[in-house]
Amino acid sequence: MKEKDKVRIGCGAGFSGDRLEPAVILAEKGDLDYLVLECLAERTIALAQKRKAADPAQGYDTLLERRIELLLPLLKKNRIRLITNMGAANPIAAADKIIEIAKRQGISIKVAAVTGDDVLEQISGNEVAMETGNPISMSGQVVSANAYLGADAILPGLETGADIIITGRVADPSLFVAPLLYEFGWSPDDADIIAKGTVIGHLMECAGQITGGYFADPVKKPIGNMSILGHPFADVYPDGSATMSKVVGTGGNITLATAKEQLLYEVTNPHQYLTPDVSADFTTVYLKQDGKDRIKVTGGNGSKKPATLKVSIGYKAGFTGEGEITYAGANALERAQLAGEIIQQRLNRQFLALRIDYIGHTSVHPSSLANGYQPYEVRLRVASKAATADEAAIIGEEVEALYTNGPAGGGGVRKYVNEVIGIVSILIDRNKTQSSVIVKTYEYQTL
Amino acid sequence: MSIKLYDIAHSRAGDKGNTLILSLIPYEEKDYELLCNSVTADKVKEHFKDIIHGGIIRYELPNISALQFVCQQALAGGVTTSLVMDTHGKTLSYALLEMDLKLPKTT
Repeated sequence: MKEKDKVRIGCGAGFSGDRLEPAVILAEKGDLDYLVLECLAERTIALAQKRKAADPAQGYDTLLERRIELLLPLLKKNRIRLITNMGAANPIAAADKIIEIAKRQGISIKVAAVTGDDVLEQISGNEVAMETGNPISMSGQVVSANAYLGADAILPGLETGADIIITGRVADPSLFVAPLLYEFGWSPDDADIIAKGTVIGHLMECAGQITGGYFADPVKKPIGNMSILGHPFADVYPDGSATMSKVVGTGGNITLATAKEQLLYEVTNPHQYLTPDVSADFTTVYLKQDGKDRIKVTGGNGSKKPATLKVSIGYKAGFTGEGEITYAGANALERAQLAGEIIQQRLNRQFLALRIDYIGHTSVHPSSLANGYQPYEVRLRVASKAATADEAAIIGEEVEALYTNGPAGGGGVRKYVNEVIGIVSILIDRNKTQSSVIVKTYEYQTL
Repeated sequence: MSIKLYDIAHSRAGDKGNTLILSLIPYEEKDYELLCNSVTADKVKEHFKDIIHGGIIRYELPNISALQFVCQQALAGGVTTSLVMDTHGKTLSYALLEMDLKLPKTT
């Protein structure tokens, strides 16, 4: 295979609920070699396992069908390969669904499903959770266990020549490192070059978070045309450097400031950013503005990949019940506080750890930061954990009853009951996982 | 003279389990040294005393003129099981930026 001198990778989604349109624009106008869609948060996969348990043909991303229907004709027309973790708990069923869509659209397609992240059968319950220091069985009934696979699990999918590679749990940057390994023939043992690929993947993986999303502040950090925020692409070179930009005409901005915020996002140790592929040192990265909405990324050293893989364990954590009601005008805060006290007295025997928040006053930052500020409207929020859905519903019922049994002028009640899946992590020997690739094809035949 | 961090720096919040991660990035690279000298891990701990219950490690990234604060036991148990409204702690970047900063006297 002739190695390319540049590979262009776009990131069209940074979480499962991300907007559909930016990926379509990237596929249409981005002149991409690869499109990556990162759609799998820790809890998303546990919820997907629940859907798979109820129906073996389910368990992939709930937006997969809508995303693929929009993208497939463009991927085919512009010869772009798609890499995505939308397989979630069931990459094989996801591949089947993509084949079904391709048949409907009359498009020949080859899909590679990457499996092996699901390690639930190996879990005894005695494994010690990193977060609690206790056996995971103490957290609750385990419902899912998914190891973070690396680029080495995705690479065989690319080698099949598939148009679409669909995975379950893989480390987010690995979705980007894999095509770079494939195109440039990088050695998986060259830690410095893998670290550079990992830096690029990390900057890209949250899509709109490097183009001004989760960044914009109209007073201090204004960003242009946010309603049509574009998602990024990276031009990556064989030496591991890259420039990042976005499709001309889309909204958003790529600046040193957006890139710096994203480089550090969710990084717990900038000297050792651990993935299944490498331990990357982000303190050795250089960023440079390289024109409007364009930055150059260089540097990034690495050291040997860890011997263990992180496994996300999903467990049943009961239910939460919530209720909300708003007070406005004179004494809004005092009336909301009276309502809070009433609820506390009505429920404190049944719910030991009731949470009472005053939205608009102290619900997300504590009073030590919100000194003396008097809001015009306040929304009371009451929340509690509960063992069952019926018990959780009582919270909302009591808040609703404040209409006629509470302070003056309460309005806009909303009630919620949610099942909770908790997540803890363990480490396992990487040799205990075995990934494999299953290929599905559809050949369009003209009659 | 006293200003808010908000006046000279920006920040992004991230989460890993019960750990809160806050970057602190000056708009002007010349202010990086001022932030290094003034915004210590201890000062952040005092500012967030009602939220952060564990230790704080501060990392310095001179290449990109940025600080990173990694704060343990900061998210009421973490995104998946916490009862708080902002389970990820995404609003807490702006809590950091509320910190008062005394400017050194210019001579």
